[in-house]
Amino acid sequence: MKGLMEKLGIENVDELFEDIPEEIKIDGLDIPPGKEEIEVDREIRGILKKNKSFDDMPSFLGGGIKHHYVPPAVRHIISRSEFYTAYTPYQPEFSQGILQSMFEYQSVVCELTGMDVANISMYDAATALGEAARMSKRVSRKNVFIIPKNVSWEKKDVLLNYAKNAEIKVEEISYDENGMADIYEVEKYGGEVAGIYLENPNFFGIMEDRIDEIKEMKEKTGAMLVMGVDPLLLSVAKPPSEYGADIVIGDGWMGNPMNFGGSRLGIFSCRKEHIRQMPGRIIGATVDKNGKRAFCMTLQTREQHIRRGKATSNICSNEALCAIAFVSYVAIMGRDGLRKVAIRNMENAQYAAAKLSSIGFEMPFSSNFFNEFVAIPPVDAESLNKKLLERGIHGALLLGHRFPELGNGLLYGITEMHTKEMIDRMAEITKEAMDDV
Amino acid sequence: MYRMANYDEPLLNEMEERKERHVEVKLPDKIRRTELNLPSLSERDVVKHFTHLSQMNYGVDTGIYPLGSCTMKYNPKLLEELAGSEKVENIHPYQDESTVQGSLEIMHKLEETLCRITGMDAFSLQPVAGAHGEFTGMLIARAYHESNGEERKEVIVPDSAHGTNPASARMAGFEVVEIPSRDGRVDMDALRSVLSENTAAFMLTNPNTLGIFEKDILEISREVRKVGALLYYDGANLNAIMGKARPGDMGFDIVHLNLHKTFATPHGGGGPGAGPVGVKAELERFLPVPRVVRKGNNYHLDYGSRHSIGKVSNFYGNFPVLLKAYAYILLKGSDGLKEVTERAVLNSNYLMSRIVGKHYSLPFGGSRMHEFVVSAKNLKEKGIRALDVAKRLLDYGLHPPTIYFPLIVEEAMMIEPTESESMETLDKYAEVMNKIAEEDTELVKNAPSNAPIGRVDEALAARSPVLKWSDFSGQVPG
Repeated sequence: MKGLMEKLGIENVDELFEDIPEEIKIDGLDIPPGKEEIEVDREIRGILKKNKSFDDMPSFLGGGIKHHYVPPAVRHIISRSEFYTAYTPYQPEFSQGILQSMFEYQSVVCELTGMDVANISMYDAATALGEAARMSKRVSRKNVFIIPKNVSWEKKDVLLNYAKNAEIKVEEISYDENGMADIYEVEKYGGEVAGIYLENPNFFGIMEDRIDEIKEMKEKTGAMLVMGVDPLLLSVAKPPSEYGADIVIGDGWMGNPMNFGGSRLGIFSCRKEHIRQMPGRIIGATVDKNGKRAFCMTLQTREQHIRRGKATSNICSNEALCAIAFVSYVAIMGRDGLRKVAIRNMENAQYAAAKLSSIGFEMPFSSNFFNEFVAIPPVDAESLNKKLLERGIHGALLLGHRFPELGNGLLYGITEMHTKEMIDRMAEITKEAMDDV
Repeated sequence: MYRMANYDEPLLNEMEERKERHVEVKLPDKIRRTELNLPSLSERDVVKHFTHLSQMNYGVDTGIYPLGSCTMKYNPKLLEELAGSEKVENIHPYQDESTVQGSLEIMHKLEETLCRITGMDAFSLQPVAGAHGEFTGMLIARAYHESNGEERKEVIVPDSAHGTNPASARMAGFEVVEIPSRDGRVDMDALRSVLSENTAAFMLTNPNTLGIFEKDILEISREVRKVGALLYYDGANLNAIMGKARPGDMGFDIVHLNLHKTFATPHGGGGPGAGPVGVKAELERFLPVPRVVRKGNNYHLDYGSRHSIGKVSNFYGNFPVLLKAYAYILLKGSDGLKEVTERAVLNSNYLMSRIVGKHYSLPFGGSRMHEFVVSAKNLKEKGIRALDVAKRLLDYGLHPPTIYFPLIVEEAMMIEPTESESMETLDKYAEVMNKIAEEDTELVKNAPSNAPIGRVDEALAARSPVLKWSDFSGQVPG
């Protein structure tokens, strides 16, 4: 620093901070002094040891987020520091690599969802839902946004914050004895509906198969249809476009670990007629001055750095690197690999459900499910989970607090990570623990 | 001569396919999908593809990346290693609290440390980006005024503010009142003339986007307080004042930080980031739930606050980013963070002294802190614009500054070198900037020629949108 100070002709670095009023000047911070790298490494890993990961303790938690396999090649791709130490590609000529990857992400999402356009990510599925509600209002100029009663409480809470200051009224429709949203309840809101949110699979893991009914209902109300999806299911099941969806959102978990719920991405895609109302960054293909194919950010007049207060959203930083992980995952798994994982998820979940049935669990819904399902144990669910934890297994998600009508209900999440042996052992220990409760 | 790799890399769907395997999809006919047009490639080819693409990209690890207001500093590699631990990655957000004590402890300690760095009383780590933090802060401002039985409708921002400020205020339902700057600072008369009982908050970056410290900050804070409004701190420029001053002592009621800027977590090509929000004690009850609380030696997620604005993101924030920022703070510590700030401000002032001259002028008087904005308007008579200088910098293997922002400077080039760069690098940057100004106009206007592609036709991209690989046609050939 001395050399720089000499060049600037100053004796004390404080000369550069003279604009700060004396009354508020401080000299240093009230935190511990810096540590060596090896010490920080030790200290952080020491704290992290207090966590129990899936590797320490198999977990059967559902709730819209689950442990999936991440091929090592994905990590290696997103560890290329030309990707992860870059910022938003404001200079396309220096960012063709990440721009092309982002364009490929958008293409893959559109293929899975059947939509025309996808942005390069929202923060997560919950904020994507919030943005979808706001966009539904901008497109339809109506005020009611309808969600099923059985959505994740996290999503609902976030939605309310996005909706409430945009004069959007969020209304709930109940679910029927099959655990599926009662779509006919929408009719009572008449012509006031801006958007309807449905999920496939829904929060209870149930797959949506009422294609014609949903299309018909959408036409009748003239509302925007927003669908929340698991992209894995879409590798084997009909895309939301066939249900008449206008906007598709979801948790873009592919290639991204659970991370305590963070650093994942929100999928957001829609039909092209609504593109000017979309939030977020969009990458487009074009040509350079020599006519060569090139990529750049496009349709930026929707965005805050151009439109400021009149932008479609305030979003700037997003989850771009998670999107690169997503497209790398899809590329490595390939079409058939994805489908295999999807089928394995479903079969494993069915196997687990059958196992639990055989030891006395009740299945409240008879509908087909994907990789999550609700099951009701014959003993108190909370005590059961405690006993399981003592035996080194993490039980399923308690639903009673948020869905009192399901009382003792548990939401199981089963993926390709759960081997048959793991499920057998879980059932066995569950049975033991039941006798113990 | 510098050259960036150029592979003419095909798109994933244009690559040679592996043989398809048959996968039986056991789903009812009604919902079974028959067509799925995704590629089937070998791992080898996929890795080669993305490696090629990465080589056609520029990051902080490649070289200086002086985007103003973005704080593109070097990201220590230890942070990546720690965040890649299975004790970070393979943790479900709904696990029993007893099994996530490590994550909660790190979050709690980070909150405490951020309070000390900023002079605030409580933090929420839930917002996952700067703009997300602003939105959260605006919801808190609204909740605060509502709790006083007031429905204040206006948020004031200076004309030099980041675009996210007015956008976030609007998203939270406020009307935005923009005030002009005077000599690159808040115009006190303009501020007084718009402050009223209807003002909910004044949003300010300090130092501002010109790199100028708002030295009237205490008076600003008094004026804002006088009408019962809140003062909001956009923490994008915190790198300029660590260990020198704290927003909490300046009178700010709500702050957001950008951990991906100040605290060295990588920008990831646009994210993930983290935008924690800190508040003074009287606003703590409005923070998002859950709060991380400590009871004895244990940490808990507390959903109890009745006054909370609720949730702003799916779970608890971008935990890996939070962890990286905490590790960075441990590495630097009290002395280190102060040094970071000193070096960042020194670097910026040094680079400014080398760049400002006959080609690039410095609008507004006074000193600058961690960043500065020059105007390239003197080059207009040669027919060269800020955009051309930026594109020509690419030919020398240097990332250009932020251009055409802030809007109040003509032909703006906003430069933030950060503390990471050596004097040698800064010398080279200045030398190239000045050399470009004297180069042949045609050469500069035709730049870049050493990047993988020439200047991009962005107008065509917007006019005929091709947004996925099945859209290619006509003017934008596949």
